[in-house]
Amino acid sequence: MTSATLAGLVGAALVGLGLYGLIANPQPLRKILAFNVMGSGVFLVFGIVARKGAAAGLPSDPVPQAMVITGIVVAFAASALAVALVLRLFEETGRATLSPDAWTKPSGEGAEAE
Amino acid sequence: MSVLQALDIGLAFLVFAVAAWTIFARGGFAATVGYVVYGLLLSLVWIRLFAVDVALTEAAIGSGVTGVLLIGAAARLRGAETEADEKSLRGLPRLFIAGLCVLVALALAAVVLLFPDSGPSLAPQAMRHLPETGLGNPVTAVLIAYRAFDTMLEKAVLVLAVVGVWSLAADRYWGGAPGEARAERPEPTLAFLAQVLAPLGILVGIHIFWVGADEPGGAFQGGAILAAMWMIVMMARLTEAPRTSAFWLRLALVAGPLVFLIAGVGGAIFAGRFFAYPPGFAKPAILFIEAFMVLSIAVALPMLVAGPPRREPRADRSR
Repeated sequence: MTSATLAGLVGAALVGLGLYGLIANPQPLRKILAFNVMGSGVFLVFGIVARKGAAAGLPSDPVPQAMVITGIVVAFAASALAVALVLRLFEETGRATLSPDAWTKPSGEGAEAE
Repeated sequence: MSVLQALDIGLAFLVFAVAAWTIFARGGFAATVGYVVYGLLLSLVWIRLFAVDVALTEAAIGSGVTGVLLIGAAARLRGAETEADEKSLRGLPRLFIAGLCVLVALALAAVVLLFPDSGPSLAPQAMRHLPETGLGNPVTAVLIAYRAFDTMLEKAVLVLAVVGVWSLAADRYWGGAPGEARAERPEPTLAFLAQVLAPLGILVGIHIFWVGADEPGGAFQGGAILAAMWMIVMMARLTEAPRTSAFWLRLALVAGPLVFLIAGVGGAIFAGRFFAYPPGFAKPAILFIEAFMVLSIAVALPMLVAGPPRREPRADRSR
């Protein structure tokens, strides 16, 4: 197995991990983290497209590389906006939760599951 | 098995394990620290894919600047987390989600394994026209010449994100400065670090931008390093974040996309095509555009990390 294929497989596993975290983790900050893990997994899968498309004496196709660079910057911008929204929610309400019941019940009552 | 193969396999396990830690760790702060480590490991994987430009971007932005942003947020949200009003999924639904995610991962893995050995590639075209741009780094050529429109819009996304973050400020803080006021006495250790690191870092950032024309590097990576240097100086409280209503700040933010757009329109007039560069004049034009992009990135990233204004525009001098 080449190192490119191995990196692609890691990318696939990261997408799965990130998707799981995005759905299963209740805290918004953890969701942002999971989303970033998932995104970098997608970038890695795209990275092996670049490596397999190596031609013209280049070790790696420059077009996917440039698109991944653009993607990393845009992902950062989106994360920054998401973090700002979560912090604002926390400042306004003293909590950072996406749970719809949190706003109808008094604080601490939704904890029965633990 | 050669040494490099062993390294690859070890790296793959390490990346996966740290990513799993980020997802499953108990505390949000621990998970965030895991994410920073994960980003750095990932840039090693990118080096193994011979994508050094991506590795630099991942290390600088994906791990570095995102890390500062997320750790800052995690530290402020620490109190919110102990409050257990989160019902996490248990039992069957959780298993169901896990199963679905494994399926997604397996499907992607199958696709990865089924890739043809030499896929379609634009690399020959990119290399054939490289002499016309005067550049030596095909990735920079793709970013600033072949797909210039993409890159210009991406700069616009950064500006929009800054506007979005600023607009989360309370009404009375609009136009004020984000973050806390400059301390009477800066944190000594951090101040020392900032004083030693920032001058060197600024040189490194400009160097990375300049060599990006021919070697791995470029506007994104150089700009991100400059941004990090400004952030260190602000964190050490040697300087404070500027008021968001400052004209120079807003001008620096839009300078990148604006100069890019003007150059694009200039191409329509002088070279016959929107975003075309006149023959023989491509490299100076590209470096000129990139210089303003570096400026915009170096200003936009710290502003995104600093968050919305938290001080009143008038009162922040008297405090």
